[in-house]
Amino acid sequence: MATSQGQIWILVDYSLCSGCRLCEIACSLKHEGLIWPAASRITVHEDYPGCPVPQYCVQCHDYPCVSACPTKALKVDQNTGAVLVDPSLCTLCLSCVQACPGKIPKVVKGKQYVLICDLCSGDPACVKECARAGYNALRVVRKPRGTSIKHYARPPEMVVREVCGRVLGD
Amino acid sequence: MVHVFGLWGRLLDIDLSSGKVAEMRINPMTYRMFIGGRGLAAYILWRELGRKWRDVDPLGPENILTVLTGPLTGYYPGIKISVSGKSPQSGGVVGSTVSSHIAYAIKACGYDGLVIRGASRDPVYIYVKDGDVEVRDASKLWGLGGMDLIKALRSELGKDTPSLYIGPAGENLVRTAAVMARWFHAAGYGGYGAVMGSKKLKAIVVDGSGPLPPVASMDEFTKLRCSVIDNVVGRATFRKWGTTSAIWGVGHDTSSEPIRNWQEEWHNREEFNHVLIEWRYWVKNPWADWGCPLACMKVSKVRIGGVTYLSDGPDYEMGAYLGSNLGVFEVDKMIALSAMADDLGLCGIQTGNVMGFAVELYERGVLTREDVGYELRWGDFEGLKRLMEDITYRRGIGRVLAEGTYRAAVAIARMKGVDPSEVLKYAVQVKGIGIGAHGIRSRKDYPQPIAYAASVQGGDHTSVAGLPANSEESESWSAFLDSAVVCSFTSVDEDTMIKYVNAVTGWTLTKEELYSVVGPRILTLQRVMLLLGGPDVRWDPRLHDENPPRFYEPLPSGPYTGGFVPREEVRKNLEEYYKQLGWDEYGIPTEETVRKLGLYDLADVVKDIRKELGVS
Repeated sequence: MATSQGQIWILVDYSLCSGCRLCEIACSLKHEGLIWPAASRITVHEDYPGCPVPQYCVQCHDYPCVSACPTKALKVDQNTGAVLVDPSLCTLCLSCVQACPGKIPKVVKGKQYVLICDLCSGDPACVKECARAGYNALRVVRKPRGTSIKHYARPPEMVVREVCGRVLGD
Repeated sequence: MVHVFGLWGRLLDIDLSSGKVAEMRINPMTYRMFIGGRGLAAYILWRELGRKWRDVDPLGPENILTVLTGPLTGYYPGIKISVSGKSPQSGGVVGSTVSSHIAYAIKACGYDGLVIRGASRDPVYIYVKDGDVEVRDASKLWGLGGMDLIKALRSELGKDTPSLYIGPAGENLVRTAAVMARWFHAAGYGGYGAVMGSKKLKAIVVDGSGPLPPVASMDEFTKLRCSVIDNVVGRATFRKWGTTSAIWGVGHDTSSEPIRNWQEEWHNREEFNHVLIEWRYWVKNPWADWGCPLACMKVSKVRIGGVTYLSDGPDYEMGAYLGSNLGVFEVDKMIALSAMADDLGLCGIQTGNVMGFAVELYERGVLTREDVGYELRWGDFEGLKRLMEDITYRRGIGRVLAEGTYRAAVAIARMKGVDPSEVLKYAVQVKGIGIGAHGIRSRKDYPQPIAYAASVQGGDHTSVAGLPANSEESESWSAFLDSAVVCSFTSVDEDTMIKYVNAVTGWTLTKEELYSVVGPRILTLQRVMLLLGGPDVRWDPRLHDENPPRFYEPLPSGPYTGGFVPREEVRKNLEEYYKQLGWDEYGIPTEETVRKLGLYDLADVVKDIRKELGVS
């Protein structure tokens, strides 16, 4: 699979995330032309006060979702590294959701295909909004090599538990 | 079909007595006249209850609880929801706002709000998922504090879902109980936590997966939204410290902070300072509400006697009312009391007000050890904790204090066989609502001398009256913000706010119309309902459009020692303010004014009020 030089990645710092969801708003405005948090490709989870965890596709090195798709609706954008969904091929069979270690692809009432972060062709709206709002919890970096990035794709409740322990203690 | 841009034009109408759910349509003209949120709440309550308003027991099934968004909800950075109904504190209508993700979630379900009537026999919670409404059993949730409740809902629903809820205080019909959200947020003014409790409604949980309705002008909206975000991001110190910084500044600099039940308004306690809180106790900063670039919230954590307490900043009002007003200047203990109030579902302002009142009465020997069962002393953490719990669970003296400062004063006077004025002189409240933590005696803070005396929401520091009536100083401005339903901390200048509303809705609202028609319309309706009052309170403007007696005592300390507000000035300003709003010299809206504002059915009502007061 592709790991070419120009590919990007969204780096998150949970301690800087305010839990404001401006990223969700920006994402849905960009992709849907509406404020539609449920259709945002980035989702902030917050089960405990002060422990928000934004989750989105982390472009695993082995792209299990792409290999799992039976209709070839998913492919990797060689320029950015993003997973692109072809709406005309997706049947909402959920194979990609099952294959994803964090169950990140979203299925939303009103959309006939699965929603996955497309990295906005290299200029992610969520990152820009997070910077505009002065939080800088999200940043665009060159895609790190290796398998470690896959840890960020764990189920949100698991990540929340990890982060929460550090912020709140017991 | 889109009704008004930015709104759906329909509410969920839920009857907890019968379990029936219906749709209530709100037409575009109504929105144009009352905007939404607070204004719409007053309109709905009047339409549904008007004729019998005075007989409606705020804690009876006949009261209606409204949970409403407005045209700016979800579109303007900084989200709020408006909670209202007949107030168990004032007997009027209070537009109580609270930051909660539930506000956008309701719109994402395709509705603008909820109207909740009747009362359930057994504890329930309302679960809304898109168009579906379920009234679910909450017997296992009843009794839980905020922290445990959110955990329990999380495990029942499988994911974090926006909610409004009550703690034990609301369940026990404590009149200082708040409608809570997101652990530390409260719609405190009005006492609507007790209204939820009286309906056996533990929580409202909303999971909305749809989009917000489209706006009228996407280009204009986008431009304005970016400019507001940039403006708010520029408020660097506010972002850093939130309102917590005021525990020092409002006390030391403007000398308008409640200290020991407002016996003083100035302090020089270096240790009562936000910087020390930041260093020692904040485990999370920034922390923001939905769509907010300000992040005035922080998460603080303290450990006292083996117990961990979690709270927000706390914000200034909690810091003042559960700190300095109780003589608590140790910040860790103030944070702990704030955390307790949040978890028990108490309004920190109203509860800190009645607690400070009780400690002063004890200090003066009006309340005795026999009355209370233990000693009440300023700054005594253990005793104050016990008092807060006794209020929440209505134990001992808590039974009396749970009625809020005004009713407690009247009850204690009766208990002691003295004239009510002998006890009411220590009650720092207006029309049943304890005054927010911004005094008027030093004249260095924002509220004017008539801020509370003339407010249609009594002591509410977020809805103060002032001159001139056609400016941001007037209560019309708060009525507008609370009706558009937006946070006053992220709001900007009037012109931009009005342009913003127009960009979302497609209206052609102007500043002139806001101050001469829309604001006065909402205030006039609220004023009439407040003057009707009942069943246990009746306000006479000649007696009750008045500051608490304490505000006429000169400040005893600080740079503005001797400061007070002259009664003649208050009288003169009141009359001028009434005149500018089209009310008579007693503050009763005239028949001409109510007709001019399109409140035709109030014409007979104001005539009757005048007759009753013997001023016709």
